[in-house]
Amino acid sequence: MLSDKEREEIEAEMARYPHKRAMVPEALRIVQTHRGWISDESVRDVAELMGMSAEEIDTIASSYNMIFRRPVGRHVILFCDNVSCWIMRSDAVRDHLVKRLAAGPGETTKDGRYTVLPSACLGDCHHAPVMMVDDEMHGNLTPEKIDRILERYT
Amino acid sequence: MPLEGRVTTIYIDNLPYGVKDGQNLLQASLTLGFNLPYFCWHPALHSVGACRQCAVKVFKDESDTRGRLAMGCMTPATEGTRLSIEDPEAKAFRAGVIEWLMLNHPHDCPICDEGGECHLQDMTVMSGHNYRRSRFRKRTHLNQNLGPFLNHEMNRCIQCYRCVRFYRDYSGGRDFNVFASHDSVYFGRYEDGALESPFSGNLVEVCPTGVFTDKPFKEHPTRKWDLQTAPSVCTGCSLGCNIIVAERYGEVRRVLNRYNADVNRYFLCDRGRYGFDFVNSQRRLRLPLVDGRELVPEGSATQALSATEGGSPRPAPASSEAKGAVVRRAVARARDILHGSRRAIGIGSPRASVESNYALRSLVGPDNFCDGMTSGEHRLVGMMKDIVASGPVRSLSLAEVERADVVLVLGEDVVNTAPLLDLALRQAVRTRPEAVAEQLLRIPLWDDRAKREATQGKQGPLFVATPYPVSIDDIAVKSYRLSPDDIARLAQAVAYAIDPEGIAPLVGAADPLHVVAETIGGSLGLAARPLVIAGASLGSEAILRAAANVATALAKAGKKDAGLFLVAPEANSMGSALLGGMSLDEALEAVRTGGADTVVVVENDLTSRLKEASFRALFDSTKHSIVLDFFRNRTTELAEIVLPVATFAESSGTFVNNEGRAQRFFEVVNPDEIVSASWKWLGLLSGRGTGEEIAWDTLDDIIARISEDLPALAAIGSAAPGARDVPQVHRVPRDSHRVSGRTANVASLTVHEPPPPRDLDTPLSYSMEGSPRGRIPSSLIARIWAPRWNSVQALTRFQEEVGGPLKGGDPGALLFGPASDRTRAYFDGVPEAFAPDPRRPLAVAIRHVFGSEPLSALSRSVSERIPSRYVGITPDAARSLAVADGERVEVTVRDLRMELPVRIMAGLAEGLCALPEGLPDMPYVGLPAPAGILKRTAP
Repeated sequence: MLSDKEREEIEAEMARYPHKRAMVPEALRIVQTHRGWISDESVRDVAELMGMSAEEIDTIASSYNMIFRRPVGRHVILFCDNVSCWIMRSDAVRDHLVKRLAAGPGETTKDGRYTVLPSACLGDCHHAPVMMVDDEMHGNLTPEKIDRILERYT
Repeated sequence: MPLEGRVTTIYIDNLPYGVKDGQNLLQASLTLGFNLPYFCWHPALHSVGACRQCAVKVFKDESDTRGRLAMGCMTPATEGTRLSIEDPEAKAFRAGVIEWLMLNHPHDCPICDEGGECHLQDMTVMSGHNYRRSRFRKRTHLNQNLGPFLNHEMNRCIQCYRCVRFYRDYSGGRDFNVFASHDSVYFGRYEDGALESPFSGNLVEVCPTGVFTDKPFKEHPTRKWDLQTAPSVCTGCSLGCNIIVAERYGEVRRVLNRYNADVNRYFLCDRGRYGFDFVNSQRRLRLPLVDGRELVPEGSATQALSATEGGSPRPAPASSEAKGAVVRRAVARARDILHGSRRAIGIGSPRASVESNYALRSLVGPDNFCDGMTSGEHRLVGMMKDIVASGPVRSLSLAEVERADVVLVLGEDVVNTAPLLDLALRQAVRTRPEAVAEQLLRIPLWDDRAKREATQGKQGPLFVATPYPVSIDDIAVKSYRLSPDDIARLAQAVAYAIDPEGIAPLVGAADPLHVVAETIGGSLGLAARPLVIAGASLGSEAILRAAANVATALAKAGKKDAGLFLVAPEANSMGSALLGGMSLDEALEAVRTGGADTVVVVENDLTSRLKEASFRALFDSTKHSIVLDFFRNRTTELAEIVLPVATFAESSGTFVNNEGRAQRFFEVVNPDEIVSASWKWLGLLSGRGTGEEIAWDTLDDIIARISEDLPALAAIGSAAPGARDVPQVHRVPRDSHRVSGRTANVASLTVHEPPPPRDLDTPLSYSMEGSPRGRIPSSLIARIWAPRWNSVQALTRFQEEVGGPLKGGDPGALLFGPASDRTRAYFDGVPEAFAPDPRRPLAVAIRHVFGSEPLSALSRSVSERIPSRYVGITPDAARSLAVADGERVEVTVRDLRMELPVRIMAGLAEGLCALPEGLPDMPYVGLPAPAGILKRTAP
């Protein structure tokens, strides 16, 4: 069941959209902000609130890769694997990250702290190689810098 | 080639061709007979340019030698367009596209039901891709259980998006969609469960490969070329959709759509597609019964019925002579009865063919013939016939409904009484916004993506007035919930709004209905092709009268293209009305007081039309009864003599649909020598005394007699060619030229190849030999196939142009003349305003697409979707009765007391309750009628 807060936020947004369908990604983002991911139950709840079928919600939820339909760790690491970062030897940095966390792309660490996801360009090429942890960008990565960064999140 | 409209010249591989203006290059190429492969384009769903399979080379002008690749389905065919299909670069591109589509497609053709009629197979062969270079693993998916109609195998998907475009965009379904992205794209439901749309079965034909296949068919999978097929007409409702019925080993295996540009075009409903299974029912009668005992042919291996082969019981093989003897014994006994009777009443049926009803009528005489309808149904159908025959407004075909621009629906819950009408209305509401898009933005009608983008789901005006919520509420600009009488009053007020001089306002001109009517009348008045829809389902003559008045008012206002669409109760209701006869109540009276001592009932289970007491009284007060039917039912139980008759699949005849279109259906299963068409049995009975000539022998004979005898039905002969019209060598083969094992099918019984069954009734043959494909008249198309086109997509080879009429004109014969010859004054008689009585709500009939039609309800797949009986009450009534949804109440209607679970129906008009009519567990009530509802006191 959606919390009152989620419900309020979605309803407030809904007034701004002429077409319900266009509002779906925003509704899902709101729920994900509160819960970290979108469960099957959340899809149904959003569908009910918006007067749409579960199919009409999940077609959108399942096609956006930033809407998580599976549980993720407390923090999500988006690791850039695009060309600028690759030129700047992101491979070595990535290998270090994966080894250190013992979690590969698409996996979550055993302690539930981090989920590692590859990302196509984070738009910060002049600091390549880069990664993003939750909403924070980290550039000019080196294995040592990664160790320091990972300690900052609990 | 004769083409209407402006003709454009295009050059394909440097040769000039004339094509109709406004088409795209793919349509034009297919119309001209070129083999240009495609996937995402569908003639009814049009172009989205997604699959890139129909690439051609387009050249600027004569001097352009380089050209550029363009998608055929997205490029308009304009004057002087030069394209090449054979260009090497275009061919390589198409081969590349198919190779890429095949990356994840499994190599399971041998075990796939689609194999041999697969568009993907055809296109792969056509494109020349035949060697797999990809060395990667294929992606796999989990499949879903989508209910009793469809099998789901997602691994075969090539992401053409046709299914979701049909299910959602075209037919308005919401419980199906596309999920995920790139390699994981998935088409299905949110979770397992039966697809809710009653049009889901079309996915079998819409899907270009084997993702969605026919589930009942899967029980006995058969390749297309091994099926014996014949053209037929659906018995599921009054619309008369054209179907192709397929047989194997004496059983009907499946039904596919048969294109008719005037009627069903590309699609069927699930009742029509899956309802055929009643033919294979365990309750089928295979032998005559005399005094409740079977007449078993001598020499039958056992007298018991064997159920080993194919699942349905049939007599063990007996010789032709022995079977003939059984027929003679049954006929002799029935003749004796008829001979000795003072007066015999014949009760026909609106679901039996014109021929069978006529045969009964001539057996008992016109004065003793009853059309088998209750007096209410009899009056309603008679009135429909009169309105259509005499009114100044034409009865539209289903295809014309799709082009109506403003629609008023009066009382009909269309998806449950005439399912395909729902689908047609979903297209009609797009007409006006799309015409605007075409005019203002120059978007061609075939550009589906652009049209939908431009119209943003806008819909043209559709007004609905029904007693309870209906499927088309989601496409209506406004729905009104009214009692049957108030629906009639609203319609009358609409007629007044259109023609205030010719029509009187409602009593109390201040009636609020006038305000509503002003809006509807105004909208209809602005329409180019306004349409009024009504029907018999609420049992209200007042609605029909008022609907006719709206149509007449529109005609008087100069709307030449105004249309009426009246939904009749059964497949041949209109044929029965044209034949004439008394109603069932009059027949009961004739038995009670008119000295009739014998009754002959044809294909009519009278318990579905009579109350128990009347039903009993009928059989108690007649000395003799002869019943002809397919099944054991309550009526056959009481009969002295029961003759087993052939269904639509084993016999041939004519149905007249709601529009007045006579259409011929042809036998596809060679009937047993004992089971035969009702009109054949009745022909045998009509000879007075042994040795005399029988009245008619073949279908040609009886149709000729009907044409001579009844001017109103004279045109039924032209519905399709007769057996005599087609020489033996040009008979249309029911078997394909690839049929396998033809000589070995009965090898378990005898090693001698039996001669092919003789068929004297139809211009078809039980053989693989006969007329070449190109010379088959449209009414006799038995299968859709063309060289290189093994799937149903071969249809373009049978059409004059893509999406247009079949070559040689569409089948069927209209029995009503042009509207221009007709004039009719307005009907009088407006009912008084409905006064709700909270203690005795008026029970009105509600119908269910699965369950309310008795034949399809016997189908195994359909029966899984039939709801059980209930009573629908308003939320107010639920509150005052203090009952919750699902709680049982006691309902009393016309002395009939039933205990029913409650369904609280938000939106049910005040003062009404709804009873589901025709469900298998629902007795005949005779609606509408006031009902008493009591909360059941705990025992």
